[in-house]
Amino acid sequence: MGESLANSQLGAFAYDPAPESTSVVNLHASYGLFIDGEFTEPSSHEHFVTLNPANEELLATIAQSSEADIDRAVRSARRAYDTVWSKTSGAERAKYLFRIARLIQERSRELAVLETLDNGKPIRESRDVDIPLAAAHFFYYAGWADKLDYAGFGVNPRPLGVAGQIIPWNFPLLMAAWKLAPALAAGNTCVLKPAESTSLSALALAEILQQADLPPGVVNIVTGDGASGSALVEHDGVDKIAFTGSTEVGRLIQQRTASSQKHLTLELGGKGANIVFEDAPIDEMIEGIIDGIFFNQGHVCCAGSRLLVQESIADEVLRRLVRRVDQLRVGDPMDKNTDIGAINSAAQLSRIEELTAYGEREGATRYTSSCVLPEKGYWFAPTIFADVAQSHRIAREEIFGPVLSVLTFRTPEEAVVKANNTKYGLACGVWSEKGSRTLWVAQRLRAGVIWANTYNRFDPTSPFGGMRESGFGREGGRHGLEGYLDV
Amino acid sequence: MTPEDRGVRIATTSAVPNIDSESQLKALLSGMSGVDAVGVEGRCAKLATRSIKKSSKMSAIDLAISMVDLTTLEGADTPGRVTSLCTKALRPDPSDLTVPSCAAVCVYPDLVAHARSVLGNSRVAVASVATAFPSGRASLKVKLLDVADAVSAGADEVDMVIDRGAFLSGRLGQVFEEIVAVKAACGEAHLKVILETGELVTYDNVRRASWLAMLAGADFIKTSTGKVTVNATPPAALVMLEAARDFAESTGRIVGVKVAGGIRTTKQAISYLVIVNETAGSLWLTPELFRFGASSLLNDLLMQRLKQQRGAYVRPDEFSGD
Repeated sequence: MGESLANSQLGAFAYDPAPESTSVVNLHASYGLFIDGEFTEPSSHEHFVTLNPANEELLATIAQSSEADIDRAVRSARRAYDTVWSKTSGAERAKYLFRIARLIQERSRELAVLETLDNGKPIRESRDVDIPLAAAHFFYYAGWADKLDYAGFGVNPRPLGVAGQIIPWNFPLLMAAWKLAPALAAGNTCVLKPAESTSLSALALAEILQQADLPPGVVNIVTGDGASGSALVEHDGVDKIAFTGSTEVGRLIQQRTASSQKHLTLELGGKGANIVFEDAPIDEMIEGIIDGIFFNQGHVCCAGSRLLVQESIADEVLRRLVRRVDQLRVGDPMDKNTDIGAINSAAQLSRIEELTAYGEREGATRYTSSCVLPEKGYWFAPTIFADVAQSHRIAREEIFGPVLSVLTFRTPEEAVVKANNTKYGLACGVWSEKGSRTLWVAQRLRAGVIWANTYNRFDPTSPFGGMRESGFGREGGRHGLEGYLDV
Repeated sequence: MTPEDRGVRIATTSAVPNIDSESQLKALLSGMSGVDAVGVEGRCAKLATRSIKKSSKMSAIDLAISMVDLTTLEGADTPGRVTSLCTKALRPDPSDLTVPSCAAVCVYPDLVAHARSVLGNSRVAVASVATAFPSGRASLKVKLLDVADAVSAGADEVDMVIDRGAFLSGRLGQVFEEIVAVKAACGEAHLKVILETGELVTYDNVRRASWLAMLAGADFIKTSTGKVTVNATPPAALVMLEAARDFAESTGRIVGVKVAGGIRTTKQAISYLVIVNETAGSLWLTPELFRFGASSLLNDLLMQRLKQQRGAYVRPDEFSGD
């Protein structure tokens, strides 16, 4: 290698802004609660604001549900269950689900723009991942609705009744689809509570449910903060709670439901290990590591936030990763060429800042993209920490942001031990061209999802869920029905 | 972190390894990292969503025009057709002199002298396919005569084909030596080595053949002849660009990449430029290091260029046919 170096700049050819038009979305000034097939005012008449995290502009005001509203929604769901939905055949339920899926596809552009406005994720992801996958989940479970006898849970498996479903802000519409589609296919009625900062796409979905002529009360959508969620968890009329969110809140929900008859599934946090062996296909592996941690700004519970790289290739992998991170296009989420959008909220941003500051204090080496961040809104430049030790906070705690911690290992045994040395157990990745090694490692990893030579790949036919403090129960696939059947 | 860490670092002193034996070559190539087909195709699908608009589209169109090797490789080629092609390469749109000229005109060896006489000492190069194009099925002696013929007739660039049969059956030394011999026969002329990626089938093979050609002295590596079922594809081009980038980083020698066959639209051309931009970087975004082997592409580029300027499409017969 010569002493003086020439440099070929990546991404030197600049792309002009290519913003998606927001005119396709018709935002209301204020949104009510969707109960018994109608939009209604909350009993308290209280509303809270929802902001565009990319520029902190007000999007709309959202109804805050009180205990009385939650009670109204649950009673509506119970009535719909008793009088309509439990008497509707699987084939009929399938028709509604197919209709919802098709309407999501028809309104996909509008939904993608809405999701990006409210969440801050790049339009490329909401357009190519969130919305198509949400439709795919409804299509997939529509197919199951009249075939429950063959799902492996015995003949004529019964639904649970009323399902209370609480979803997070990272994939708002997709998480609603993950929850509603299997519940409805199995014959349950639902009360869905979207996350406080991202209610808009769930409310657009409510309009779609109206368009699809879903009988009133089969799905009720109640917006609000943690208190609303808490009221839903506590409500006696709920037969099942399905929660996706933080481990802290999941633990509280499990305590509160422990003395009740309520069924429970939890999909909680994670600290996914992405294990890279020296024989991995290097270029695709670099892309996979990038996708694993920077997809959706790292707001992904199964994110590959711990990179375990074999020592023999550690320097080369780190060099290429640093180069690749600098190439990521950070900025206006509505621009079709943006790779990394805004952090969803000020609270999340400050948590990311706190943990990364700890990373530096504990002695890890920080590489941060040289990208220019917008002045308004919540932004965090993609960051890699090298020289991370197992004992560092950034190796143990879920950051839920665009921050990768890089650790090294020498042998497959060491990789497995390090990967499993976490309280979580949601997802792992294994990168190697040697199939036998991939299988050997995969069999020893304690995680619900293990990807081989890829990461963050989702499909409605594939079950997803965690072990240990990442929760229990599965969503997606045949397994996803089990959480909504009395089996 | 220095700015060099953020780009592709190319050593300025050459360190291309000497290949002394077939076993050494095999060891080097088989030790290379594999290519995951699902991953590389996924990466291309993602890059294909880049939206190139307004002035960036305009500059991409002009860059693409300047990278075209305007090609005619038919049995029915005539001197008249080659004259027309040369004129067009020099001045793609006679009504607008701001349109750059193409990089080269690419013809069979018997038409090189004619192309040379039309192009004279202009900036447009004469490229000739050689070495028993497109199959490569001839003895080395015949191939070298083919090359010598083209070069003596005035070819600035020679597009050779590798012996795919030899490569696929593991006779890598033979492929290597042929390229070395052809390179010597080229003299001053630039050598483009056609891998025919559609016949190599796997991306692993594409990566190894790329390295083999670059180690043997290729100035350019080229995807395809345009004469088989599968021609240039974005994933094959991506793998070749990665190979050229890595080769430049580890040896200091910078090799160009040419995509050929089936590239007809501006949209396709721009998506290749996006791949170059985000894989190999600025250095390769010039006609010296990236080319399109194409014929009908040029008219589509001209049409899109006018569309950008006028805001409306013009009739296709606004431009001369090939």
